[in-house]
Amino acid sequence: MTRTEPATGPAPHLLSVTGLTKTHSTDGARVRAVRGVDLNVARGEFVAVTGTSGAGKSTLLHLLGGLERPDSGRIALDGRRVDDLSEARWAVLRRRRIGIVFQFFNLVSTLTVADNIELPALLAGRTPRQARASREEFVGRLGLGGKENSLPGDLAGGEQQRVALARALVNEPDLLLADEPTGSLDGKGTREVIRLLTELHQQGQTIVLVTHDARVASAADRVISFYDGRITDDTTLDTTDQHRAAAADIVKLTG
Amino acid sequence: MRLPLLALLAAGPAHGYELKQGLEKLFGAAYPQPNIGQIYVTLGRLEKAGLIAGQDIVQPDRPNKRIYELTEAGRESVDAWFEEPSPTPRVRDDFFMKLALAPRTGRADQVTLINKQRRHYLNLMRALSKLAAGEDQDNRIAQLLIEGASLHLQADLDWLERCQEELE
Repeated sequence: MTRTEPATGPAPHLLSVTGLTKTHSTDGARVRAVRGVDLNVARGEFVAVTGTSGAGKSTLLHLLGGLERPDSGRIALDGRRVDDLSEARWAVLRRRRIGIVFQFFNLVSTLTVADNIELPALLAGRTPRQARASREEFVGRLGLGGKENSLPGDLAGGEQQRVALARALVNEPDLLLADEPTGSLDGKGTREVIRLLTELHQQGQTIVLVTHDARVASAADRVISFYDGRITDDTTLDTTDQHRAAAADIVKLTG
Repeated sequence: MRLPLLALLAAGPAHGYELKQGLEKLFGAAYPQPNIGQIYVTLGRLEKAGLIAGQDIVQPDRPNKRIYELTEAGRESVDAWFEEPSPTPRVRDDFFMKLALAPRTGRADQVTLINKQRRHYLNLMRALSKLAAGEDQDNRIAQLLIEGASLHLQADLDWLERCQEELE
């Protein structure tokens, strides 16, 4: 890949964002969706961005994935500036270094599970043999064994999102972005996706996720509250058992 | 604990230790178990109130055990319990008092209070998820208990966001 800036040693952050802004214009009305965001994400971190709908959190994620362009500000991936890349370069970046999953899965409905997962590997220039090997690995890791020849429409929501995760991960991206990944799933599907994201994180995957579901957010190490286009709180969750007693107290039945 | 014990006895006579085991099996480890002493005390009170009747069973090599069964009055209590809707959950009034009074006192900032409370809830949510993960996945009652707690907490978090929207 062409470097737009010379790399000077390992970057301190995998993702580094400064002064990011984005205004949407709909029917003449201007909505400031992202109003000056600074954010650093270290390699291996699992960050959840939460907030009400309309707070601008999905726009933020789209900017991080190059699906929308910022009005101003700077995004660096692994120390290299990427916000000024062309569409084509962003497409390459998303194929190789940034995997994205969406609320409605966005799978290719006419392709089998196996083909959906292999497609990005083939597009990234890997041989069919390599693509198949990676697909087999991720089918195993995401518990999709036996579903390879199914079409997405024949699967439950939770399974479709697992296929989308496998597709996003097949090229082993540095960064996984997830936009409301449980937003269209039932309780069971949600639990499944939370469990998988937690496992992927434990295996070292860097994840930035947008969600309005606190159960999903609490699986992350770090939770950012996003309100009216701005970060209003940024907290690292407690990973000790300090809150266990209080949690046990909540489920205490009094009859 | 009175009514759950009565409800367990509606299935048939049992002694204190069996009732303890019944509760544990049903609700799993997430539910802080009553100790056997509490159960005996409660059974004593229920018996005094005429809702259950106890009978000592002589065991040759061990202390006697007392088997309890539901009386007619006890059965009526259980029926009445199932008949009545349960009380509504209450809002977190202590936090709301803080939030409402903060501006008058000048001693705390509302947004800081909201953020602090949100952090607390998120940590609790994480602890609940851990409880759920540690619990037997096939114990549907225990999983539903934890899921119920999570959904209450989610509602509290949503409400914090509403507070933030209105007050900021």
